[in-house]
Amino acid sequence: MLRTHRLLTALGAAVAALAAPLAHAEWTLNMTTGVTSMSGEIFSLHMKMFWWCVAIAVFVFGWMIVSIVKFQKSKGAVADTAMLHSTKAEIIWTIIPVLILVVLAVPAAKTLIKLEDSRGSTLSVKVTGYQWKWQYDYLDQGVSYFSTLSRDSNAARQLQSGIDPTTVNEYLRDVDYPLVVPTGAKVRLLLTSADVIHAWWVPELAIKKDAIPGFVNELWFQVDADKPGIYRGQCVELCGRDHGFMPVVVEAKSPEDYKAWLAERQAAAKPAAIAANTP
Amino acid sequence: MANSHTAHDAHDDHHGAPQGFMQRWVLTTNHKDIGTLYLVFAGIMFFIGGAMAMVIRAELFQPGLQFVDPQFFNSMTTMHALVMIFGGMMPAWVGLANWMIPLQIGAADMALPRMNNFSFWLMPFAFILLMSTFFTGSGAPAGGWTLYPPLVLQGGDSFPMAMFAVHMMGASSIMGAINVIVTLMNMRAPGMTLLRMPLFCWTWLITAYLLILVMPVLAGAVTMLITDHFFGTSFFSAAGGGDPVMYQHIFWFFGHPEVYILILPAFGVVSEILPTFSRKPLFGYESMVYATASIGFLSFIVWAHHMFTVGMPLAGQLFFMLTTMLIAVPTGVKVFNWSATMWKGSLSFEPPMLFAISFLFLFTIGGFSGLMLAIAPADFQYHDTYFVVAHFHYVLVPGSLFAIIGGVYYWLPKWSGHMYNMTLAKWHFWLSAIFVNVLFFPQHFLGLAGMPRRIPDYAVQFADWNMVSSVGAFGFGVSQLIFPYLIWSCVRGGEKATAHVWEGSHGLEWEVPSPAPYHSWTEAPGLELIERGAAH
Repeated sequence: MLRTHRLLTALGAAVAALAAPLAHAEWTLNMTTGVTSMSGEIFSLHMKMFWWCVAIAVFVFGWMIVSIVKFQKSKGAVADTAMLHSTKAEIIWTIIPVLILVVLAVPAAKTLIKLEDSRGSTLSVKVTGYQWKWQYDYLDQGVSYFSTLSRDSNAARQLQSGIDPTTVNEYLRDVDYPLVVPTGAKVRLLLTSADVIHAWWVPELAIKKDAIPGFVNELWFQVDADKPGIYRGQCVELCGRDHGFMPVVVEAKSPEDYKAWLAERQAAAKPAAIAANTP
Repeated sequence: MANSHTAHDAHDDHHGAPQGFMQRWVLTTNHKDIGTLYLVFAGIMFFIGGAMAMVIRAELFQPGLQFVDPQFFNSMTTMHALVMIFGGMMPAWVGLANWMIPLQIGAADMALPRMNNFSFWLMPFAFILLMSTFFTGSGAPAGGWTLYPPLVLQGGDSFPMAMFAVHMMGASSIMGAINVIVTLMNMRAPGMTLLRMPLFCWTWLITAYLLILVMPVLAGAVTMLITDHFFGTSFFSAAGGGDPVMYQHIFWFFGHPEVYILILPAFGVVSEILPTFSRKPLFGYESMVYATASIGFLSFIVWAHHMFTVGMPLAGQLFFMLTTMLIAVPTGVKVFNWSATMWKGSLSFEPPMLFAISFLFLFTIGGFSGLMLAIAPADFQYHDTYFVVAHFHYVLVPGSLFAIIGGVYYWLPKWSGHMYNMTLAKWHFWLSAIFVNVLFFPQHFLGLAGMPRRIPDYAVQFADWNMVSSVGAFGFGVSQLIFPYLIWSCVRGGEKATAHVWEGSHGLEWEVPSPAPYHSWTEAPGLELIERGAAH
C-alpha cells in the first residue's frame, strides 16, 4: 500500500516536471470550463454564442466573398443599377436576427438569474481590496489574514530584475496565503475595498465582481466536490501602479482538510488575540 | 441678404486663399482649410498615440519588466486612449465633415465659420496641456481613460491639467457638432432634401446630435471630480455619502454614445465608397438612415453593459443585456445592405474600396465579439480582459480608422487635384490589413485564457500570444508610415485628377473641379445636378 503510494507520488512528480515547460508554451485558445456548478454553464453559453457567430459569419462573409469574386468589373460584370431596395428582404433580415437574439437571450437570462441567487451559502468570507493586496476575513470564525504576491514573483517582477520569469514558480500568480475554501460548499464572498476600486476574479470559478470602497458586493461559487485544487486569477480593475501584481489564489480543500486548516488557523490566531488584549 | 453685400461677396469669391501663413491658417474661416487643419492635427495625434502603443507592445513582448516602470506603463495605456479617441479619431471625423459636408450639400461654407476656427484652435492647446502632464512630478494620468474615481484622484498634479484638457476638448466637440447641425439644417442647396443627402451627411447629422447630448454629461462628470478633489464635495466618495459607481453610470452615459460617435461617420464613409466602386447605388438608402437613427437612439440605453461587474441589481443587468443585444439588429441591417450593394455590381478594387471591404469583414468580427460581450453571465468571464481589448480595437482600428484612411484615399484627389501612387497605397492596405489581424486577433485568445487588460507584466502562460501580438503591432505601426508619405507626395504633385476622379463617383462633391476651388458652390447647384448626384 505504502509502496503504491510512493510510486504514484514519484509518477506524479515526473508528470509535473514534464508538464512544467509545456505550461510555459501553451497556445491557449479558449475559455476554461472551470470547476464550479456555474462555470460549465457559462462556458456552454459562451460556446453557443460563438457558434451562432460563426454561422452568421459563414453566411455574411460568404455572401460578400461571392460578390467580390463574381461581380468584378475586370471580368466584365455589368452593374444592375435598378437594384435599389427590397422591402421584403429588409423585413426578413430584421426579423431573423431578432429571432436569433431571442433564442440566445433566454438561456442567458436563466443563467444570470441563477448566478445572482446567493441564498443557502454555508461559509461567508469578507474580502477587502487594498493597494495592492487582498484581505480575507472568515466571518464569525476568528480568522483573518492578508494575501500578497509571493516573494519570488515580487523579486522577479522588478524592472530589469535579471530574473527569468519562467524560472519562477507560478510567476505573478502565487501568493503567500491563499483563500482556502471547502469543496462542495456554497461559499459567499462579501467584497469591499479600503482605497480604490479593485475586482476579484478567478477564471475557473467563473465569477468576477468589483470591490468598491464604502460598498459591499456579493458573489458566490461552489467548487465541485471532486475538484479540490489551487485556482489562480488576479485583480482585474485598474487600481494603480501595482495593479498587475495582486493575484487572487483560491485553494479548494476537501471538507475534512478544510476543517483541519481552519482549526490550525484559529489556534494560531488565539495567542495573538490574547496577546493583543493583554495590557 | 442686402444687395450691396451680395456684390461684395461676389467680389470676394474671386480671391484665392490668403497669402500670409497667419492669414491662411491661423485666422482662417474657410471650411476646407479648417478641415485640412483638423486632419493634419489628427494625423499627428495618431502617430503620437501610436508611439505610445509601441511602448505598450514592447513592454508586453515578453514576461517580466524590461523597459518601463508600471506607473509609466499605466500612463501609456491611459494617454494612448485619450490621445487616440479625443485627438485622433474625433478630430479626423470633424476634419472630414468640414471638408465634405459643404461640398456634398451644395453649400458655400459651414454655417458658423468663426466658431469653426475657434473649435479647431482649442484642440492644439488642449493637447499641449494634456501632454505637458508628462513633465509633472506625478507623471501623466495613469488611472485609465475612463478616469474612474477614487483612483483618478490619486493623479497628483496631472489630475487638474487632464481635467481642464478634457473640458477644452469637450467644448471644441460641442461647437463642432453645433456647426454640423446648423449647416446641414440650413445650408442645403434648394432641392437637396434631407432624404437626398449623401449618407456621410446623414451619419454625421446623427453623430452631431449624439455629441451635443453627451459631451455636456462628460463635462459634468469631470466637474464633479474636480469639486470632489478641490472643494470638499463627495459626489463619488462613500465616506461623504457619495458613490463611486455613480461616476461610472454618468461616464458611460457619455461613453457609450461616444463609441458610436467614433463609428457612425465610418458607416457614412463606407456607404459612399461601396456604391462608387460597385458602380451601383447604395442598397436600401432609407433603411440605412433609419438604422443609423436607431443605433443612435439605442446608444443611450445600453451604457451599463460596460459595468456588469459593479454589482447591479438583477433587473438592471437583464435590461442592459437585452437592450445591448438589440443593437445587433440595426447593425445587421447595415451590414446586409452593404453586402447587397456589392451584389450584382461591377466591382473594382482601388485603395478606398479595399479599405471599405476590409472594414466590412473586420468591423463585423468586432460586432460578433460585441454580441458575445452583451451576454451578462459570459461577460463575467470576458470583462476587463484582453477579449475586451480585442473587441474594441477591432471596432476602432479596422473599423473607424480604416474608414478614415479609406475616406482620405477616396477624397484626396479632390482635395489635392492629383492622383496618388495606387501601387503604394495598395501596399499600405495589404500590410495594414494583415498586421492588424496579427496584432489584435490573438488578443481574443489571451482574454479567454484569463489575461486582464492594463497590466504591464503577465504570467508566463500568456507569453506566446503576447509575442505574436507585439510583432503584429510593430508591423502595423511601421506600415502606417507609408500613409503620410503618400499624402505628402500627392499634395506635391502627380497625375492630374479629373473632376469626377472615380468612374463610378456620384454626388455633388464630384461636380466641382479637382482640386476643389478655395470657394465652392458660391452659387447653389441646380436641381439637375442634385438629382443626378442623389442616385437612389
